[in-house]
Amino acid sequence: MSIFERYEMVCGVETHVELATKTKIFCGCTTEFGGEQNTHVCPVCLGLPGVLPVLNREVVNLAIKAGLALNCEIAEFSKFDRKNYYYPDLPKNYQTSQYDLPICKNGWLLIETEEGPKKIGITRAHMEEDAGKLVHSGETITTSDESYVDYNRTGVPLLEIVSEPDMRSISEVLAYLEQLVQILEYTEASDCRMEQGSVRFDINVSLRPRGSAEFGIRTETKNLNSFSSVRRCLEYELARQAEVLDSGDKVIQETRTWDEGRGMTLSLRSKEEAHDYRYFPEPDLVPLVIEREWVERIRRDLPELPAARRERLQSLGLSAYDAGVITSSKGLADFFDQALRTCPDAKSLANWVMGDFTRLLKAAEISVIHSPIAPEQLAQMVNLIEKGTISGKIGKSVIEEMFASGKDAEVIVKEKGLAQISDESALVKIIDEVIGNNPASVEDYRAGKERAIGFLVGQVMKATKGQANPGLVNKLLKERLT
Amino acid sequence: MELTAKSAAELHRLLENKEISASELTKAYLERINALEDKVKAFVTLTEDSALKQAAEVDSKLGRGDKLGPLEGIPMALKDNMCTEGVRTTCSSKILENFVPPYNATVAERLRQAGAIMLGKLNMDEFAMGSSTENSAFHVTRNPWDLERVTGGSSGGSAAAVAADQAVFTLGSDTGGSIRQPAAFCGVVGLKPTYGAVSRYGLIAYASSLDQIGPFTKDVRDNALVMNAIAGHDPKDSTSVPYEKPDYTEFLVNDIKGLKIGIPREYFGQGIDAEVDKVLRQAIETLKALGAEVEECSMPHTEYAMPAYYLIAPAEASSNLARYDGVRYGYRAQEAEDIISMFKKTRAEGFGDEVKRRIMLGTYALSAGYYDAYYLKAQKVRTLIKRDFDRVLEKYDVLLVPTAPTVAFKFGEKSTDPLAMYLSDVCTVPLNLAGLPGLTLPAGFAGGMPVGLQLMGKPFDEGTLYRVAYTFEQNTDFHKAKPAFPGEVA
Amino acid sequence: MKISRKDVEHVALLARLELTEEEIEAYTGQLDSILEYAAMLNRLDTDNVEPTAHAVPLHNVLRTDEVRRSIEREKALQNAPDSEDGFFRVPKIV
Repeated sequence: MSIFERYEMVCGVETHVELATKTKIFCGCTTEFGGEQNTHVCPVCLGLPGVLPVLNREVVNLAIKAGLALNCEIAEFSKFDRKNYYYPDLPKNYQTSQYDLPICKNGWLLIETEEGPKKIGITRAHMEEDAGKLVHSGETITTSDESYVDYNRTGVPLLEIVSEPDMRSISEVLAYLEQLVQILEYTEASDCRMEQGSVRFDINVSLRPRGSAEFGIRTETKNLNSFSSVRRCLEYELARQAEVLDSGDKVIQETRTWDEGRGMTLSLRSKEEAHDYRYFPEPDLVPLVIEREWVERIRRDLPELPAARRERLQSLGLSAYDAGVITSSKGLADFFDQALRTCPDAKSLANWVMGDFTRLLKAAEISVIHSPIAPEQLAQMVNLIEKGTISGKIGKSVIEEMFASGKDAEVIVKEKGLAQISDESALVKIIDEVIGNNPASVEDYRAGKERAIGFLVGQVMKATKGQANPGLVNKLLKERLT
Repeated sequence: MELTAKSAAELHRLLENKEISASELTKAYLERINALEDKVKAFVTLTEDSALKQAAEVDSKLGRGDKLGPLEGIPMALKDNMCTEGVRTTCSSKILENFVPPYNATVAERLRQAGAIMLGKLNMDEFAMGSSTENSAFHVTRNPWDLERVTGGSSGGSAAAVAADQAVFTLGSDTGGSIRQPAAFCGVVGLKPTYGAVSRYGLIAYASSLDQIGPFTKDVRDNALVMNAIAGHDPKDSTSVPYEKPDYTEFLVNDIKGLKIGIPREYFGQGIDAEVDKVLRQAIETLKALGAEVEECSMPHTEYAMPAYYLIAPAEASSNLARYDGVRYGYRAQEAEDIISMFKKTRAEGFGDEVKRRIMLGTYALSAGYYDAYYLKAQKVRTLIKRDFDRVLEKYDVLLVPTAPTVAFKFGEKSTDPLAMYLSDVCTVPLNLAGLPGLTLPAGFAGGMPVGLQLMGKPFDEGTLYRVAYTFEQNTDFHKAKPAFPGEVA
Repeated sequence: MKISRKDVEHVALLARLELTEEEIEAYTGQLDSILEYAAMLNRLDTDNVEPTAHAVPLHNVLRTDEVRRSIEREKALQNAPDSEDGFFRVPKIV
């Protein structure tokens, strides 16, 4: 019996995303990923004695942008606070963050569920600085005798987006996360490079008996960095909580960590741990007064968001499914839109984008922004098919050639002589030969077996290595046989 | 008159007229330091070699016939909480004993650019927490006027070095009186500028919303000259104010006719030593005679400044000092089995008693359940204190109050009772809470020890403080008095 | 007494200070008398008073998003009590 027959899950997620700035939140060090350890640091982000922070304007711009895309209210007055706790990856042993006056609050986004669209509330989103990275001498933090600290990531700007506890199933959680990441990617507030850890999730989850109105006791599992980890973590954690509840015990409210290798969550309790962040206003930074004009300027520049884009594509005749596939990544959707400018047939274009084009990208492990085929080039190829210059079948080999060489479809078609034979006099000669060589089929057709013409068309196509225009062949054959 | 007794303005003239060279001047100061240091102990670090190198550069400039800036070639020293690239900066703490900053504080950079010659780094109460410089992890600094007495604090080294002519001028920092009180105790001029007038970048923080750097000088003119060099907006400090910086020497006029001076009576209440009170009453009479309109006034929230300060400053300090954990710089305790015990031992062994006490107090004031009752309450009281100032400063150009309730006290006199020590800041703390400028200058003597009067002014109106101070100085001789060291002819 | 020995021990843990027996005892008494003194603030009615966090009324102090050179790693590590291979080294974390 599934635990969900007895219990209902209640889940909220805190998402930390790196904002896509060139420099750190409080100093001019680069935010570039992958530098050698401790090379993207300066006195400010190392927290040397005497240094002071100066806020990066772009961090505020991107936070406002993300907030607007998530339907948040943008605060008129906002400030930074210090969150005090000791950890070796935190150079000042406090994190400059926002406490009671976050920049964004009261937002929402829509997810698709089996029962239709559902609104997931966003409590708040606030700006803060990232911490450094620890490398452990042993396999895990608990088995290491010493650790090594790299402060390159220290001070990279983060937006922490806190959802309401509105999600009631694992698929709702995943839908929320996918939707959230998609929106952030669309607004370009964040690159959302999950594989580089630029998006991290803290999952707050509890179970309650079905029908109960009160929330159960929750746990918080920190620092998950992929959708699949979130799914596996929730499966494990919910089963664990159900077992605790089934045995009549209480779940302990605590912070846990996800062990990817063992596929389980582990308690992070420690007797030395005393949680009291002692927030107070950051005296080294002055408040933000966000004029409405500033917000409106950013609102005007907001790109089309995924939901609006799906709607537009459907209005062009794409199915809901196709529109969903194309808008699932901003890169693919941008590619499609760019190609659409010179390609009148949206449906046909969509089929090629979702079909062969995507297949080729996947096989070559290339992201759409690095595609060797430009959107205009794909549009040109689709147009050649629509005009009848090449057949769809030839198109499949042309796109492969385009992908390999980067050449235009027209050039390939010309170089390889792939254009369909639409010259009647040339075709008539071949057709006459086929008629002469296949008297039985000719007889059948004349006797009223309409299907026999298909065989004869096939023979002509074979003789022209597929380059004959099949419509024209059909027409000419019929003329000769009557 | 000894070369080392001269002001920056006088020395500038001698340098420009080639009557002395910058090297001679620097050597004279280094000799003076060496001769007196075992008595005064104002310095934590001496930078003789780089000082002489700097002086040689100034001399070659002089040789080329170039004009010198007003502070070019003038020997000075910095309180050891201002970061100096390549020169260790200790905050007089064991935890930073070997810390060598890879960068310059903005003030250090500006003085370097102005061509001032750095002789070394000055002793202080550890992390600027104290009122006597007895809290230095290294040694105490002695008051040049009486070696049995404290210099005041926390910028004790900065005040003593100027009083003992070991530097032409020095910089100190003032969080609750740390420039003004030692300036008064040592008989020199000290200015705490308006919060935001001088960059805090590179000043090792004690309490960020109160800290401000300012000059110690032998007279008022020098003070204005140093402010000309160090003040002004700095994009590296978000709390630095982009105000239009005047030429502060333009305020040095011998005229205060019609100027309105308020005397807030709360500062003259109980606890003020009778002799100190007498000196101040005399100073008030002098200013009246010079044409100032003097009037008593009231600032009813004054008595609440001390308790508010002793919640706000330690709270900020508890967070500012969290970074000293033995990971990136500074002292690290050995033989800790894990990171938490390494942190705890490092901080226990690296910090002195007063620093620990304030970290404890501040951590408590911010902790869950007490924030509203202590920290938030203190910040609200800060608003009331600010309003007191706003109100009286609408009516008066400056306010005149004592700098400290007593003259410099003897070593050990207050160091066993933290609260008694804290109360010696009672006249200076309110100004920091309001973020306003304050200037202390010699106003007379009580029992042979200097007494300083304190002028408090409107935001960014250091100019009027200079005007009043300059006029007083021009009409009195107190700033000319020099301490006599045993073995020296007075 | 406002402050108990237990409070002092808890605060010392929050502040990562290992205190001796004598220190715990001394700080308990001293913090108590300082807080007793600070309690005089309660004589003031501050219900409708805004707190002051900054001495100056500045807002929106922002810098442009332009990359500045970082410092050399050697300099970043020059004051480190323990480092290896370009990392800061610390003892066992959990």
